[in-house]
Amino acid sequence: MTEQLSLATSPQVETAAVLEFRDVGLQYRMSGRPMPVIEHISLSVGEAEFVSIVGPSGCGKTSLLRMISGLNPVGKGQVCFRGEPITKPLSSVGIAFQNPVLLPWRTTLQNVLLPLEVVPTHRRQLKNQRSRYETMAQDLLATVGLEDFQHHYPRQLSGGMKQRASLCRALIHQPELLLLDEPFAALDAFTREEMWELLQRLWARSQCTSVLVTHNLREAIFLSDTVYVMGPRPSQMVYTLKVDLPRPRTLDMCFTEDFHQMYTELRQHIQRK
Amino acid sequence: MVLTEELNTPQDRFGNLLNSKHGTYILPLITTLLLFIGWELAVRLFSIPEFILPAPSAILAEIPQWGGAVAKNAWTTLVTTLLGFLAALALGVLLGFMIGYSKLANLTIYPLLIGFNTIPKVALVPLLSIWFGIGAVPAVITAFLLAFFPIAVNVAIGLATVETEMQDVLVSLGASRFEVFQKVGLPHTMPYLFASLKVAISQAFIGSVIAETVASNGGIGYVILSASSNFNVPLAFLALLALAVMGVILYSFFMVLEKRFVHWI
Repeated sequence: MTEQLSLATSPQVETAAVLEFRDVGLQYRMSGRPMPVIEHISLSVGEAEFVSIVGPSGCGKTSLLRMISGLNPVGKGQVCFRGEPITKPLSSVGIAFQNPVLLPWRTTLQNVLLPLEVVPTHRRQLKNQRSRYETMAQDLLATVGLEDFQHHYPRQLSGGMKQRASLCRALIHQPELLLLDEPFAALDAFTREEMWELLQRLWARSQCTSVLVTHNLREAIFLSDTVYVMGPRPSQMVYTLKVDLPRPRTLDMCFTEDFHQMYTELRQHIQRK
Repeated sequence: MVLTEELNTPQDRFGNLLNSKHGTYILPLITTLLLFIGWELAVRLFSIPEFILPAPSAILAEIPQWGGAVAKNAWTTLVTTLLGFLAALALGVLLGFMIGYSKLANLTIYPLLIGFNTIPKVALVPLLSIWFGIGAVPAVITAFLLAFFPIAVNVAIGLATVETEMQDVLVSLGASRFEVFQKVGLPHTMPYLFASLKVAISQAFIGSVIAETVASNGGIGYVILSASSNFNVPLAFLALLALAVMGVILYSFFMVLEKRFVHWI
């Protein structure tokens, strides 16, 4: 049933690709029996591209993201970052999860500085140039409107504020790749839309290649250059949508004919089994 | 209007006191004082004989004669308690780490600890006095035996309940296991550790006094035992009072320590 594919048969190496999936597959073991979750996924993400992955629940979207982050091992095939297969977590990656997971014993500013204490290139300089890094973090917090909350603890922040701080933490070490695992899923509709605009600003500023996993099709269209649709398990990519709306995008665009057409298109491909 | 204002002012003041920093020690002091006044009045009103329940004034009247001896023995109990507590802290943290981090230890050592903890420690004191004689050693050991369990359990729980996502944040940046422990595991365990220290110091105190009443010739426990056998009830109460004061001081010390180290809760 599962066919063996050698790499030689799929030479899709593009020089511009920052991130590349080469015939990636994944199986879980369920009570001893192998259960395929993802099959034959190949795609590539270019420099500074914003990509979304949408699909039904349990189709393995988050698994894909965790493979890129190096938190989960790649099952079959290869996931490559700048041509190198990913085998362990990379410090040039920033992640924001569905939960903001701020450390409760650190202030907002200290939470944002956390990656700098771990990533080797910054860690060495942090002691000597603490104030420079703090200014950097404060600037970033100011762009998300948290300048007055930098010395607050997470318990004193609202859900939206925490998620904004979490985005800052994902970006502070100037990652080349930003991974977003449904970061706005727990927010209310209005806050969520504010966060889209915010994220778009941050992305435009950092020019960071980004991969967003989401259930929200509007969110995917609003933010992305390319939207990939995954089918039900065992999942393959069933559809690719290029979003050619001009940037910067505004929330008003969500109500245009073009936008609606793309939405319907995605919707149809998700329903098709 | 005037009426409500008149009513409001003292209530407001009380509300302010409840929420202020001073309330945390002023209010307990007031209740303690009220308790002693009520006690004094009750003894006088019902003319309760001194050898059954001495009035606070009668207890304090013992200080000139026995104050020095009680202080000396209180010191002995304090040292015994702290020695047992320190040993419990060391072993408790070590065991907690093992149980919290190693599945093997969790399945082998933890059940043994639970079994051991169900034994009432008073039952061990006679055995301890056979092995170590009469004196401070059985008391230190009893204090230690009572105090290490809450520490071990809490440290283990603290380490075992770190959210995976919190660790993922660091692991995804390429952090080492030690860095993950240092930045997430350790701070996450602090509230659990400090909560257990308050329990452990009280337990250590109980342990040393128990051992002193059974197998010792010093300490507050011994004072209470010998005072009661001489029907010197006021002296026994003076010793009890010393115990209560020491207990409160030790507990408060760890409470302040907790506030300092676990400031984010």
